[in-house]
Amino acid sequence: MVSVRSVYTQPSSLTFSDLPWIIQHREDRCTLCGQCTAVCPKQAIYLTYRRQRMPKLDILQKKRGNEYRHFVGIRQHTAIDKMCIGCGMCSSVCPNEAIGPVPNSNEHRSRFHMDEKGDAWKRGGRRNVPGKTILDRIAFDRISMLTDPALDAGRHEFSLNTILGRVLPPEEFLRRQLAGEWIPPTREIFPFVIGSMSFGALSPNMWLGLLQGVAYCNEVLGIPVVMATGEGGCPPWVLRSPFLKYIILQIASGYFGWDEIIRAIPEMQCDPAAIEIKYGQGAKPGDGGLLMWFKVSKLIARLRGVPEGVDLPSPPVHQTLYSIEESVMKMIQTMSMAFGFRVPVYPKISGSTSAKSVLNNLVRNPYAGALLIDGIDGGTGAAYNVSMDATGHPIASNLRECYLELVAQGRQNEIPLFAAGGVGKNGNVTQNGMALIMLGASGVHVGKYIMQACAGCLGNEMGRCNVCNTGICPKGITSQNPKLYRRLDPDDVAQRVADVFSSIRIEMKKIMAPLGRSQSLPIGMSDALGIDDADAAERLGIKYIC
Amino acid sequence: MCRLALKTADIPFSPYEVLTGMEAMQEGYDGSGLGLLLRGVSFADFNYKKEEHLILSGIAHSEAAFQRLHKHMEERGFEQEYDHQFKVNSALIEAKDRYQYIVRVYKKPQGLSVAELEDRLMQARLFLRKDGEQHGGDLTVFSFWSDVIMIKEVGWPLEIGDALGLNDDRIKARVVMAQGRQNTNYGINLYACHPFFIQGIATMTNGENTAFVPIKEWLEGKRIPGYMGYQSDSEVFAHILHYVTKKLNLPLACYKHVITPLKTEELNKHPQGEFLKGLRTACRRLIIDGPNAVIGTLPDESCLLVMDQKKMRPATVGGRPGAWAIASEMCGVEALIPDRDPSLDFQPMREHTVIIPPDRKELLIWSQFDPFTLSQAA
Repeated sequence: MVSVRSVYTQPSSLTFSDLPWIIQHREDRCTLCGQCTAVCPKQAIYLTYRRQRMPKLDILQKKRGNEYRHFVGIRQHTAIDKMCIGCGMCSSVCPNEAIGPVPNSNEHRSRFHMDEKGDAWKRGGRRNVPGKTILDRIAFDRISMLTDPALDAGRHEFSLNTILGRVLPPEEFLRRQLAGEWIPPTREIFPFVIGSMSFGALSPNMWLGLLQGVAYCNEVLGIPVVMATGEGGCPPWVLRSPFLKYIILQIASGYFGWDEIIRAIPEMQCDPAAIEIKYGQGAKPGDGGLLMWFKVSKLIARLRGVPEGVDLPSPPVHQTLYSIEESVMKMIQTMSMAFGFRVPVYPKISGSTSAKSVLNNLVRNPYAGALLIDGIDGGTGAAYNVSMDATGHPIASNLRECYLELVAQGRQNEIPLFAAGGVGKNGNVTQNGMALIMLGASGVHVGKYIMQACAGCLGNEMGRCNVCNTGICPKGITSQNPKLYRRLDPDDVAQRVADVFSSIRIEMKKIMAPLGRSQSLPIGMSDALGIDDADAAERLGIKYIC
Repeated sequence: MCRLALKTADIPFSPYEVLTGMEAMQEGYDGSGLGLLLRGVSFADFNYKKEEHLILSGIAHSEAAFQRLHKHMEERGFEQEYDHQFKVNSALIEAKDRYQYIVRVYKKPQGLSVAELEDRLMQARLFLRKDGEQHGGDLTVFSFWSDVIMIKEVGWPLEIGDALGLNDDRIKARVVMAQGRQNTNYGINLYACHPFFIQGIATMTNGENTAFVPIKEWLEGKRIPGYMGYQSDSEVFAHILHYVTKKLNLPLACYKHVITPLKTEELNKHPQGEFLKGLRTACRRLIIDGPNAVIGTLPDESCLLVMDQKKMRPATVGGRPGAWAIASEMCGVEALIPDRDPSLDFQPMREHTVIIPPDRKELLIWSQFDPFTLSQAA
């Protein structure tokens, strides 16, 4: 036994088997090109010289001895700040498939040491819960077979769009029409919306690529996709461009970027698609937006009207409020007025057992244009791990109970409900979205799936990558460092946006055709849904199938 | 599949004629039910006057139910003037619990406004229906209205006609709607037989309405008395027609714009496009789906036919001044009005609403792409 002092150890000393990802390196394939170490966003690996003892026994000479072989190897840092995140950039650049991270099936002792320097663990990404979600398990089981000629998803015409904005009861619409009174603005949009990801959270190239793709979907493919900005404003050239009509501008509790927006109003060529007032988000309910200092570049600082390189934590609540009712009323009316009552204004809240009371409040507010509920599986650019993992409400039952509340009042879809939080989390974006629509959503907001599908985001539910907060995104999606975001070509992102929405459109038809639906989006068509879990079926008011 | 037949004529005719028309289309149904609606009614044994009389239609399944019906109607102040007795051959009826088929004529109460009377009639019908449901379904009530008889029964249409002696010319009508129904989604239930009736408005349909559940939930949420039942997905067609014409007071042409609105690109070119887009948004929860031909009749004896948006169901209208027929198959029209010029038969496309006005002189074929007179708005 060696003396304790000669072994370097302290409470946070870890070895590679304590980490969630272990680098496997094959020396026999490595050409020592060094690309892996250069590309690693965490500097988790380094090239090092190593010595290997080769025991030597010469029986005839009756001599024992050693020989030493020297070689160059890759080693993994075990310090928390340089811990491998499993992004796999090393293997993607390796010319010889000599290196790559593998998930460590051992329990992760590193988890106990993520709070170094006294700050709780902050990260970007998602709520790392792998496996099928409730939405993934929902099947569309009401197939029209007996009396009806089946619809042809490939050849028939389908009406897939939804309405964003306040829908009046028919009697009231006719009364106002006759009296020449104000009729709330509505937008006919594609029900899959690119969810709010801020200019600041996303790199300029990512943002540009998304916008290009959205414009292409609208103007060439005829799919009226809209995207939401998130907090942090909108690039000034976009505000003054005809593309603004594809954008939902978000105002959140930090009001970042709104100086620019208000100044641009007189010069706007068209109205924005809508205004989203963020009261909460699914990934971190009760917490404001957070842009960490790493990402507050010169451009972002200018756009947000703040100094460079400082943390930008938005307050958890809006500063105007005495009560949520007052805040919602004041803000919705103010924003409606700012845009001449021509733009739908709606709040976004986190999934919560109190969502129903917010909804009932909105029903009585004649200016409220929709309600977006973001469930616990929503993603974020930066949040405390505990908020992301353990705070919030799953979207399915929350959305469903809100919809049924409106049904009970005979006012379903007057306030269109939009759902978000985990749509497409396991890749089943259309299936997840359509399940939510049939549970009562008028549409869904999708963020993480868009980043993964359109820009190659590496994050997954196994805790892979999840470093959006520190600006070291290895794909250049959530970084403000030009060296990183130049990796991402906006044209390629735009191409993928077009691919993704084209395929969602096809899949929607493939879901709707067997159900015999083509004339309108099957909002609230809960008779078409079944799930293999009796409790979930009861909670959601759909069929239990097995 | 379901088969539908409607005949409307200036001279009252026997409902049995329409059943023979149904027989011509017999390949298309399974004999799981028949629904008949008669308007412009006349009885051989009673001098019926539309202005003075009301008719209650239904089935009492037991003597107790029959007695309760009698008592309830008396309590509600409805004075019976005539009780039509069918000459029933029960051997031809599948069900064995039919105590009495009810077609009773009551005196119309005086001193009520039109709206009050209409409400009172519906309330009485709903009360009797509920009473039947509370007693194990021993009383089924189809309609209580002026000038309307409804008969619904399970079985083969022509056999039901024979069983009730409908070929004896004791009942005649100027408008007869008939539907042979195949039981599709839901259990066999007398209330699920088409046509469906609410305050004088009736529709029957073939095909299924796949948007049934959201539409039903919305209509129920309106809490309008009579928007209930929904044993069949097609019942909402009648209620939407009622809602559009009686609650929204829109012209009949708007029904089509509500249930199968035009696309945005089409509305952009429509002279009333802006209004229609607004109407489509406000009524988007009433957009139907699935392949359907909807045939309806109104209290003034107008008849209408509209198609689903993709024209996935057949329907033909044909006739001559004074007599017209609408049927799901051409052979049905042929059987109902053989003395017409078949070259003038019309098969509506997805944009059409065919209206046979009460004067029965000619067909009105109205296209969704045409502007319409909107007294109220636009």
